[in-house]
Amino acid sequence: MIVGLSILGLSRFQFAMTTIYHFFFIPVSIGLALAVAIMETIYAVNKNPLYLKMAKFWGKIFLLSFAVGVVTGIIQEFQFGMNWSNYSRFMGDIFGAPLAIEALLAFFLESTFIGVWMFTWDRFKPGVHALFIWLTWLGSTLSAIWILAANSFMQHPTGFEIDKATGHVRLRSFMDVVANPQLWRAFPHVIFAAVMTGGMIILGMSAFAMLHKRTQQHDGDKAFFTKSIRFGAVVALVGAVFVTYAGDLQTQFIIKDQPMKFAATEAIYEDTKDPAPWAVVSLINENDKTAKSIEIPYMLSLLSYHKASGSVKGMDTVDKELHEQYDAKFGKDMNYYVPVNALFWSFRFMALSAAISGLASILALWFTRKGKGDGTGTLMNYRWLLWIMGACTFVPFIGTTGGWLITELGRYPWIVYGLLTIADGVSPTATVPGLLFTNIVYFLLFLLLGAVMIFYSRRVLYQGPDGEGELPVRQSKAAKAAKAKSTDSAAAGAAASAAIAGKSGAERSVALS
Amino acid sequence: MSFLQGLWFFVIALLFALFLVLDGLDFGVGMSTRFVAENGRERSLFMRAIGPHWDGNEVWLITAGGAMFAAFPLWYASLFSGYYILLFLVLVALILRGVSFEFAAHALTDRERSVWQWANFVGSLFAPFFLGMMLTSLIQGVPMDKQGNVWASFFDVFNWLSVVGGIATVFFCFVHGLHFLSLKLDHDLSRKMLNVTQKIYWIAYPALVVFVILALIFTDFYAARPVSSWLITVVILATTISGHAAAFAHRGGWAFVSSAVTLAGIIAFIFNGLFPRVMIATNPANDLLIKDASASPYTMGIMTVVLCVLLPVVVAYFVWSYALQRKRLPAIDAAESKPNANLEYAG
Ligand code: HDD
Ligand code: HEM
Ligand code: HEM
Repeated sequence: MIVGLSILGLSRFQFAMTTIYHFFFIPVSIGLALAVAIMETIYAVNKNPLYLKMAKFWGKIFLLSFAVGVVTGIIQEFQFGMNWSNYSRFMGDIFGAPLAIEALLAFFLESTFIGVWMFTWDRFKPGVHALFIWLTWLGSTLSAIWILAANSFMQHPTGFEIDKATGHVRLRSFMDVVANPQLWRAFPHVIFAAVMTGGMIILGMSAFAMLHKRTQQHDGDKAFFTKSIRFGAVVALVGAVFVTYAGDLQTQFIIKDQPMKFAATEAIYEDTKDPAPWAVVSLINENDKTAKSIEIPYMLSLLSYHKASGSVKGMDTVDKELHEQYDAKFGKDMNYYVPVNALFWSFRFMALSAAISGLASILALWFTRKGKGDGTGTLMNYRWLLWIMGACTFVPFIGTTGGWLITELGRYPWIVYGLLTIADGVSPTATVPGLLFTNIVYFLLFLLLGAVMIFYSRRVLYQGPDGEGELPVRQSKAAKAAKAKSTDSAAAGAAASAAIAGKSGAERSVALS
Repeated sequence: MSFLQGLWFFVIALLFALFLVLDGLDFGVGMSTRFVAENGRERSLFMRAIGPHWDGNEVWLITAGGAMFAAFPLWYASLFSGYYILLFLVLVALILRGVSFEFAAHALTDRERSVWQWANFVGSLFAPFFLGMMLTSLIQGVPMDKQGNVWASFFDVFNWLSVVGGIATVFFCFVHGLHFLSLKLDHDLSRKMLNVTQKIYWIAYPALVVFVILALIFTDFYAARPVSSWLITVVILATTISGHAAAFAHRGGWAFVSSAVTLAGIIAFIFNGLFPRVMIATNPANDLLIKDASASPYTMGIMTVVLCVLLPVVVAYFVWSYALQRKRLPAIDAAESKPNANLEYAG
């Protein structure tokens, strides 16, 4: 893998960096939108104000994530043309349509109704207002379908023919592109990954809040975060179970469709024996093409074929097959081995993230059982457990990043499987200094956005559901000074900021608007 | 050129025009936060005025890009890779502008909020500037090879016409944003906006003259398509005068429609001059033509069906969302007594 200071290397680095970053926020937006929509719907039905409070509180985190998701998405839309112009010429006939449909069908829905939802809490009945967040969620889900349709074509081209005159792909059947079997395996997997992520964000952040002194002293907050952590746990558990199930469907498909990718995720160079053992961990040497593993017998046959027998093809065999199949078109010098270490470990971390999330959810549900402790369970007595659960906030991101690394790196050396290599897709007019510059600026910008987003999320958390909590150390002085002043509510002009800082969340947001 | 190719050329022009008209007002409002607003509260109020709409408005740009990719992949590839650095700068500006709304809502102190208000201002200023530069550099022709790769040097992008074009785009967005604010804000502030445009409109006339002279020198538009080019020029001038007159008459709606047409006129001028090309090469043999740049008839057919079904629905709820927020925003002090506007801004 050449990721040096070449046009190709830098363009690849840029694509990987910007999409991985974009995909930090996507599952949070999709998952939290769903969670908030459910909360608001429950409120509309049973009128329990606790659920309204939950919808508003987690809605704030959702909006923060959405904001960063939107701005990083525009980069994605543009960079196919900017950095991958030959790819765009080659793929345009197929690729452009899903992208345009995504904008028309999904982005308008999302962006319009999120605007309506944010600004009309006091103008519609709860049931109607909940509809707006449901439409926002529907928009993001539709967006996922269409972009994954484009991506699935690159993994498993369907419904196309090669234009004799230009050598570009031409759409032959739109239905076949949409009915791509790869798409209908990837889509549920991605959506349930998002559900799991949304649940874990609620679970993990609630755990952090429970560690906070205010929550422990304030019965209202205690009830709020107990309810939230249970809600998050249920959502995350559902996500974790179904993402695993959908992942299994993908595995079945990959074994046949992209055997090199599959063999690499299992670090198998030579064909396995029958029945095949599964490598838990492995010491892989990509130069010598060897791997030493700690194995569980039978396990890989079970995972691959759902029965206790059957061997799995190794990369050496697949390499030969690929050469036979493609040498006529791409020449003998192609290297079909994918980055094995990256795929092997990405897969294990991805699967582990489901296991950890499931486990954390079950523990959260168990320790918040009714009737134990003071009626909200005993979870708050175990600080070490709360710390672990807090750390779990970040676990789903390891899973989603690992998943994309498998999918995209495992497609090497092709940008469109079997049709176009990555090296042939890059923009010939790009320059190394230009790419270096844009990579550095993006990187710094991402660092800034990420830091601010986490900073404000923490602030929302520490202010608590009523928005009046003490802020962490650095703000507390300003807040205290402000409290003294806030009696004088006419404070305007220069004092406005201080006054704003001391007010409750509701008033503050008005003052801001 | 087939009917579908012609249609999609028009559709893309339309999408860009809608983008410039709609997001142009957001840019203008963003600029006003520094150029017109007098204090932090006014800045927050201005940003609140476009809070529910800016993202939807930006999606017109995303749709225009997507539609270009779908209908004219070769155009999309040449344009986006050829204007790499300018588009990159546009992206950075849009990113800064995009996050500023949400982040400003979470700020607790004046200083903190002012950081995001600055981000909004800078983004709103530079996004239309660089886009305007790109559009006006485009119409002069660029060094492009047979494969459609653009090898633009610094001065192909930064030159008299493109800089004036960038400034003109910024100017008209600014005026347009002020007109929008005059419709969104209450009495005094509303009047103030139109008073500002009364004064600054005077800059537009010399700028237009300079632009037309430069366009006469550096483009073939007036020579190749004299009637339509002059017609559009006259329309732009007429709507400028009309907007100016409306500002004097304190008629916000009339002014807003005028500046909207002006902005759409800029796009019309460019696309009209490009036709039947999509990219102009310094060597005319390498021009990229509509008939050669497009996707297959089958893909364009599908896109046409999709567009006819979806666009009316989108327009319907899009307009509804504006109608929903049509009430003028009260000045801040009045709003403070309203206790439960929770989340109205902070979300
Ligand atoms: C599985 C889902 C998924 C994937 C793989 C991608 N996106 Fe994305 N994208 C979303 C799901 C999503 C979303 C959930 O719908 C977002 C995130 C936050 C948001 O506002 O919408 C979004 C935002 C978003 C936006 C901004 C929309 C707006 O202004 O409202 C654009 C232009 C793109 N994306 C484009 C892309 C492109 C070109 C991708 C390919 C590399 C891509 N996204 C990958
Ligand atoms: C948001 C989720 C996604 C993530 C995190 C992601 C991540 C990656 C990664 C890690 C690479 C490999 C970079 C390398 O080889 O060094 C890559 C390559 C690529 N992906 Fe994705 N990808 C995502 C979605 C998509 C989608 C939806 C598309 C297209 C529809 C796409 C198109 C590409 C292209 C064109 C490349 C080639 C460039 C390259 O190999 O570097 N990706 N992506
Ligand atoms: C044990 C359970 C899991 C299995 C068996 C599994 C299986 C897979 C497989 C085989 C792929 C590659 C698909 C391809 O290359 O086309 C994949 C991709 C992916 N996985 Fe997983 N996965 C599991 C858990 C997870 C979890 C917990 C997450 C996230 C929280 C996740 C997120 C992803 C993502 C985002 C992708 C890339 C998109 C795609 O191609 O679907 N996976 N998964």
